[in-house]
Amino acid sequence: MSATSVTARAGERDLAPLHRPNKRWTRFILPGFTWLMIVYLASPIFVMILYSFNDVPIVPVKQTPKFWGFTLRWWRDPFGVPGMPEALRVSLQVAPLSAIVATALGTLLGLALGRYRFRGKAPVNFLIFIAIAVPEIVLGSSLLALFIKWPELPLVGAFAPPIGFPTILLSHISFSIAFVAVTVRARVQTLDRSLEDAAQDLFADPVTTFFKVTLPLIAPSILAGFLLAFVLSLDDFVITNFVSGGTSTFPVFVFGATRIGLPPHVNVVGTMLFAAGVLAAIANVAIQSWRARR
Amino acid sequence: MAQIEERVTAAAVRRGAYARHRKAVPYWLMTPAGLYLLVFLVLPMAILVYTSLQSGGIFGGLRFSWAWENYTRGISTYKTQFVRSIVISAVVTVSCLLLAYPMTYWIAFYGQRWKSSILLLILVPFFVSYVIRTVQWRFLLGDSGLIFGPLKSLGLLPEGFRVLATPFAVVAGITYNYLPFTALPLYVALERIDKSLVEAAKDLYASKWQAFRRVVWPLSLPGVFAAFLLTFVPATGDYVNAAVLGGPGTRMIGNIIQETFLYSVNYPLAAALSVVLMVAMLILASIYARILGTEDETLTAAI
Repeated sequence: MSATSVTARAGERDLAPLHRPNKRWTRFILPGFTWLMIVYLASPIFVMILYSFNDVPIVPVKQTPKFWGFTLRWWRDPFGVPGMPEALRVSLQVAPLSAIVATALGTLLGLALGRYRFRGKAPVNFLIFIAIAVPEIVLGSSLLALFIKWPELPLVGAFAPPIGFPTILLSHISFSIAFVAVTVRARVQTLDRSLEDAAQDLFADPVTTFFKVTLPLIAPSILAGFLLAFVLSLDDFVITNFVSGGTSTFPVFVFGATRIGLPPHVNVVGTMLFAAGVLAAIANVAIQSWRARR
Repeated sequence: MAQIEERVTAAAVRRGAYARHRKAVPYWLMTPAGLYLLVFLVLPMAILVYTSLQSGGIFGGLRFSWAWENYTRGISTYKTQFVRSIVISAVVTVSCLLLAYPMTYWIAFYGQRWKSSILLLILVPFFVSYVIRTVQWRFLLGDSGLIFGPLKSLGLLPEGFRVLATPFAVVAGITYNYLPFTALPLYVALERIDKSLVEAAKDLYASKWQAFRRVVWPLSLPGVFAAFLLTFVPATGDYVNAAVLGGPGTRMIGNIIQETFLYSVNYPLAAALSVVLMVAMLILASIYARILGTEDETLTAAI
């Protein structure tokens, strides 16, 4: 054993390794803080679920800060509020439609941006960036400005969509495209190109290569983009409120209801949507790990 | 043999033909979405600017007249709300960073194989609709709600104590709602840091704190910028929290824009106020893009 290695060893003894077992109480600060944050973030959800059982005695029924006792009344009739089933139906129609269109358009855009170098790529990237960073109120008000102006425009004026369901759908597609595009772009960028080259070496034409190799590889990101677009559409209030006219989506209905008093049914439906979201997330994780194992 | 050769040449010829078309492929791919975004993102913003320079009323008809007074009048009339929005948003951004940084730091550095599970736990509450989530804070922070009700009945708080309808409630609400937009870019930036760099710093006798300040913090700055961009500007324009949790004295510029657009129907004025927000966003976004580029993972992974 040489002298240098001995000194190195001696030095090691003074220097603590990165993950030295910290015996002091300070080691609990960060994890404790993180768990507190998780409780904090989940607290409105607990309230939502708890208050879906709130036995409020007031007529017409509305939620109060006071918890009166347990009841299953609202769970037996979750849609028993005038206006809510219609609003929920609009939301559940807009969300899949806008998600499908946004996924189709966004996937192609994501492919173009993730795969190719071309003139005009930087402005397009910046456009997507803007679509994500823009405050919802700006997007909502500018879309409303467009829909108001549209009938006055030359030539296309006759094709102006009536303000309501069509304008909600058009707006939701607009803000979802960018989110799908970046999700797909991120996956395409990390794709192993040699797999496609291999397919072409085996005489596959580009179309076959795309459907047999590229598409299966980026499919999870397309699905993730679709789910994201779906959730964004289902959740959106600010933009929808601008372009909806007299039509209500579920969030618009809830916002309107907060002014006169929230019916407990909203908590029930909120809990149901939450449960569906959690189940979808669990299914997604399960499928991913199942795919990874194969 | 000859057959194979023939197929290989055929494939090569085909590939040449594709190569010629290849240049056009990205343009074909991006045309549908590009056109859509031109019509439903760029054009609306242009029309918003156009509307903001119109004059006249809804009954006499609107005319384009370079009416800059919409801006001067809008900003001077609603100076209070502008300043309030910026102050609230600044407080929110700082609180979000202070809350999210230690949390994401711990997950990224010590989360080990539970990283994504903990992250999911953080994001799960946001499956619930924005408006519903915000309304729940009304019950949590209400005068006789779940937090203050028991404290008041125990005599720990004066009967008149209230949080709802104060700026604090609005700040708390926005902080809660925008936390994921702060946490995700931070997490992505921290997660990307090569942990051996910290070890190297410690090998060079840096203390824990020095290693953080000189290595981890500078490397996480792109995430901090992205978090700032995704929190500050949207929070300035937020109006749901002020409407649900605030009172008459906490109205933000978003509330004014929404009311002027939808209720007083003064389109030029509302558009001018909205354009101010839009320009602020464009400036910050351009600075960000200039420094870090638009393809940076930190921002894209944030969604």
